[in-house]
Amino acid sequence: MVKSYLDFEQPIADIESKILELENSDLDQDQINKEVIDLNESAVKLTEKIYSNLSPWQNVQVARHSERPHFVDYIERIADEFDELHGDRHFSDDRAILGGIGKIGDYKVVIIGHEKGRSTEEKIKHNFGMSQPEGYRKACRLMKLAERFNLPLVTMIDTPGAYPGIDSEERGQSEAIAYNLKVMSSLRTPIIVNIVGEGGSGGALALGVGDHINMMEHATYSVASPEACASIIWRDSEMAAEAAEAMKLSANNIFELKLIDEIIKEPLGGAHRNYDQASSQIKNSIINNLERLNQIPLNDLVEKRYERLMSYGAL
Amino acid sequence: MANWFEKILPSFIRKGSIKKSTIPEGLWQNCSACNNILYVPELETNLYVCMKCDHHIRLGARKRLELFLDTSGTKELSEGKSPKDWLKFKDTKTYKERINSAEKASSENEALIVMEGTVNKLPLVAAAFEFRFMGGSMGSVVGQKFVEGVNHALSNQLPFVCFSTSGGARMQESLVSLYQMAKTSAAIEKMHQAHLPYISVMIDPIYGGVSASLAMLGDINIAEPKALVGFTGPRVIEQTLNVQLPEGFQRSEFLLEHGAIDMIVHRKDLKETVHRLISGLISNRKS
Ligand SMILES: [Zn+2]
Repeated sequence: MVKSYLDFEQPIADIESKILELENSDLDQDQINKEVIDLNESAVKLTEKIYSNLSPWQNVQVARHSERPHFVDYIERIADEFDELHGDRHFSDDRAILGGIGKIGDYKVVIIGHEKGRSTEEKIKHNFGMSQPEGYRKACRLMKLAERFNLPLVTMIDTPGAYPGIDSEERGQSEAIAYNLKVMSSLRTPIIVNIVGEGGSGGALALGVGDHINMMEHATYSVASPEACASIIWRDSEMAAEAAEAMKLSANNIFELKLIDEIIKEPLGGAHRNYDQASSQIKNSIINNLERLNQIPLNDLVEKRYERLMSYGAL
Repeated sequence: MANWFEKILPSFIRKGSIKKSTIPEGLWQNCSACNNILYVPELETNLYVCMKCDHHIRLGARKRLELFLDTSGTKELSEGKSPKDWLKFKDTKTYKERINSAEKASSENEALIVMEGTVNKLPLVAAAFEFRFMGGSMGSVVGQKFVEGVNHALSNQLPFVCFSTSGGARMQESLVSLYQMAKTSAAIEKMHQAHLPYISVMIDPIYGGVSASLAMLGDINIAEPKALVGFTGPRVIEQTLNVQLPEGFQRSEFLLEHGAIDMIVHRKDLKETVHRLISGLISNRKS
């Protein structure tokens, strides 16, 4: 795979292209090996340095990276089995949210997540991960299925937000999201939420109520996309970088506010640099938490979830 | 009395026989819909519905509850809570500065007021959003006060009525604000489980985080005429999709037609209707 670099990664890209040059040069092989080792080392150091200190806007770019692993990439690596289930039983099968029954480690679970799509064609099919009411209603159907059959629920969040369309409004976008929040708050099965990419607004939260909330190191989570926040508050969507800064949307900030439970470490340079490693990190956390949550009696589990919801922003 | 105004008012203002400054302050108000000048004492008896065009003029939260609840026996709940600046948020102004100007504009400490009282002697808890306080946006204190109101209803076995009017989640509290959607929805679920009525009354306008949580979750959803209610604001939809929106898009009548609300109720009938609906819902309730 040809790596693609973000603007602020240019110095890393420079080193890596030097390595490529060397490897294809006519120099003595020992000489090449030695220099490549040195260059690799400095590339790693530089990446560590840049990634340990990402600005909020750089963080947004990593979370939106065109090669960032998506729901389907994670499912492929996390779930030993996965049978996709389709449709909301009312209107259609929204491809911006996918879900099904799968197996993670020894656990049979229901998995639901946003899918953005990668190629242009896929992006259109998945509507860039922006769900319409049908998507949330499909998710809700699967949540209730999980509850009915005592299957834990695992969700993956990666969306710029709910789809802003005329038809979405006609079919009750607000109600679809609100209803999921209500259902998730009292669903009688363990819920593990994973914010893996962009967590944008109510469209993200509609899969985001749970007993253990993971957030990938370079994922973002905020009340609105930086562009939307900028256009609402600054009345200028060009101020997105400033809005990203002000909204404190990075995992570290959100962890400090006690709004998530765990930050999942990403491979050096972001999850897109190593899908397998990123997946196994999430998988480990999911399995550990399934083990832990499964031991809590359901009444206590739901009561604890409620108490936690009540603690958000309590004074 | 109304006729007297219709005839007299436009002419003497045109002639300038009475200077504007001699009109006692607060006695006249423009209707934002038809632009007619209205006599405030008459407007007051008309529940702030324009006598000329029936436009439902925006009410402050306190006024709203005063008109809805019986005059005696009201008690404010969770009084005096001010917003908290979790993120030290700053745009062109600091959140602190915005809070200060919101307090001045609304004479309130936050965008939600909650009261215990009676409606035609039926005891209940009622909450109302204050739009003049940062567009009625829902931050942590709004969520907290809403939940405390619900808790009061739960422990006293009372119905809960919420008059929503809000631009949505409060940007300045970002994720803390977003989470209030889940928090308030979870509290409503408790009402549902307790078989206590939760009535949502939608007041122009409601968008985003408030629309996609507490406003849509009523056992019964009611809207005032012509209220704008939706998830995404019309301007954003127009700009994002480059489309022209159909006439009446996201108005109460549109919501009724698409099945999002149970009924549209004129402000003059609101109190009676809510009373009748709640009485009906609880008539066979086993406690
Ligand atoms: Zn009018």
